[in-house]
Amino acid sequence: MNETLLISILAASITAGTPILFAALGELISERAGVTNLGVDGMMLVGACAGFIAAQQTGSLLSGVGMALLAGSLMALIHAFLTVTLRANQVVSGLALTLFGTGLSGYLGLDYVGQQATVVFSKLAVPGLSEIPVLGPVLFRQDLLVYCSYILVAAVAFYLYRTRAGLFMRALGENPAAVDAVGVNVFGLRYLYVIMGGALAGLGGAYLSLAYAPCWLENMTAGRGWIAVALVIFALWDPWRALLGSYLFGGIDALGFHLQVIGLPVSVFILNMLPYIFTIVVLILVLARKGGRLAAPQALGQPYDREER
Amino acid sequence: MKLVMEKRLAPSPLMRSLVPVVAAFAALVFCGIFFAVTGRDPFEVYYAMFSGALGSEYGISETIVKMIPLAMCGLGIAIAFRMQIWNIGAEGQFYMGACAASWLPLTYPDLPSMIMLPGMLLLGAAAGGMWGLLAGWFKTKWLVSELITTLMMNYIAILWVNYLVYGAWRDPKGLNFPLTAAFSESALLPSFGDLRVHAGIIIVFVLAAVLAVVFRDSRWGYETLVIGSNPTAARYAGINIPRNVLLVMLLSGAVCGMGGMIEVSGIVGKLQPGISPGYGYTAIIVAWLARLHPAAIIVVAFLFAIIHVGGFMVQTLGIPSAVATMLQGAILFFVVGADIFTNYQLRLIKNEGGEESE
Repeated sequence: MNETLLISILAASITAGTPILFAALGELISERAGVTNLGVDGMMLVGACAGFIAAQQTGSLLSGVGMALLAGSLMALIHAFLTVTLRANQVVSGLALTLFGTGLSGYLGLDYVGQQATVVFSKLAVPGLSEIPVLGPVLFRQDLLVYCSYILVAAVAFYLYRTRAGLFMRALGENPAAVDAVGVNVFGLRYLYVIMGGALAGLGGAYLSLAYAPCWLENMTAGRGWIAVALVIFALWDPWRALLGSYLFGGIDALGFHLQVIGLPVSVFILNMLPYIFTIVVLILVLARKGGRLAAPQALGQPYDREER
Repeated sequence: MKLVMEKRLAPSPLMRSLVPVVAAFAALVFCGIFFAVTGRDPFEVYYAMFSGALGSEYGISETIVKMIPLAMCGLGIAIAFRMQIWNIGAEGQFYMGACAASWLPLTYPDLPSMIMLPGMLLLGAAAGGMWGLLAGWFKTKWLVSELITTLMMNYIAILWVNYLVYGAWRDPKGLNFPLTAAFSESALLPSFGDLRVHAGIIIVFVLAAVLAVVFRDSRWGYETLVIGSNPTAARYAGINIPRNVLLVMLLSGAVCGMGGMIEVSGIVGKLQPGISPGYGYTAIIVAWLARLHPAAIIVVAFLFAIIHVGGFMVQTLGIPSAVATMLQGAILFFVVGADIFTNYQLRLIKNEGGEESE
């Protein structure tokens, strides 16, 4: 394999991994705060659709991204209300969110199916950094959202491990009663983090419709939201590992595509199975070791009820 | 005055049956408002949906035709959900069942129907069951969440069917369409008169009756319920949890797989892509709304079939069929949310008496 091909595959891995990365970071935030949200795929779809429509209507990428963040947040707000306030089953509520989001995006986006995006996030080389051999073209000849995702990962990691608020956030997922005992509003914070998670899922969707594809198609996530959920487990709830994992998945995606282009005599359908098979295999590898099982936030999935402290 | 939520000692039976009905109605109103906001007359939409699904013999027949796979998958899902095993892989198990069942008539088209149909049903159940069992095995062996594996396996199963019908199984006489050859007459489930309603409905009713008895009266039915609600108690009672996880996933997948066989044999008459427009996902809501009760699953499946067929019919008004999915998701939301009334009671407490004891 020659160097240019390798570089182009690696660069494509990052592009393909970025929507999953945004969604996985969002889910990580939500789960760290103790709330599983299985509606990621639905939130991504609504974000992709809303972002695309806004960008088409206004001709502005900023409004597209803003709308995607807002749409994802609103979807997550429903989940937060159901699971935090009404203490509903998080699994079922998340499934409902995915179904609802799939339907809603199909309904809203009907008139836009197949349109090409008029404004897209195009590649911008970072002066200087993009000249570094190999790493430069792979990491720094990407679009603006990819650069945002680098910063975001670092920011989330810093917040989570180095700040007082991050400590409370982790405690929300481990032992919400303790957080409550020091007078911090458990319900309010869980709302906040679930909504942030939804906003990022929406952004991941917008990356698909405004940078990766760039167009709107019904069901265009093709299960990426679910891969993001799996990735959070693979990442053991750590942002940097989530970044690594996302690019690994992006790599599988990109590799399948490049193998097709080269003309490998393997069916497209089999190549398309790879990310899904890989997800299962990776989960098995992570969970087969004991550490994997212990990393999950202790209170994940349990509604907080003050009466039951 | 203060509104407080108090946990009920036991879920209220009245609320358990009332909540889904009220919640479904609330979801219709909610989506109706949404239609109005987006510039469509909600009454027109709903009228088109319901009259399309129930207003003619054809409509009713189509509704029953859609009810059959929904009920099959719903029953399969209920087996797993009762034990809080979240098998959301009904869609993939359905495809695998359809695929394995199709192998028999494609390979031995001349078998008499007495052998062909039971053979296909068996193959469908076996393939769906194995597909479910695999996810169950991942769970018992490595604690991999079945939520994710079953979902990933849906995509794999669908791609697998595509692989076959675009490749090795494609009918050479089929003008390059991605279809297998049509099944022989003996591989088709008999249908009623000129309608598309077929004998699959009998299987649905028999299976629901069997499951209702097993769930209610058998020791195993009770055991699985205990595992789901209190695994620690189940372990102390000496119930083998991993074995039950495997068994439940096998049975759950087998029922969904039979659903796939019934669909290809009763309706499609060959294997092709897109044999299910998401029955396996819709059936999750069906099972949950029906409180995992087999008889109720049939009723809810019928109602959801109305929405499904109705969603198809409204396309003539220029409304996307995605309204059906949206409506179904909204109904699930309202039920999940309203369940707080099943498990908690709301009480107004007057504050004037000073400290109220909690």
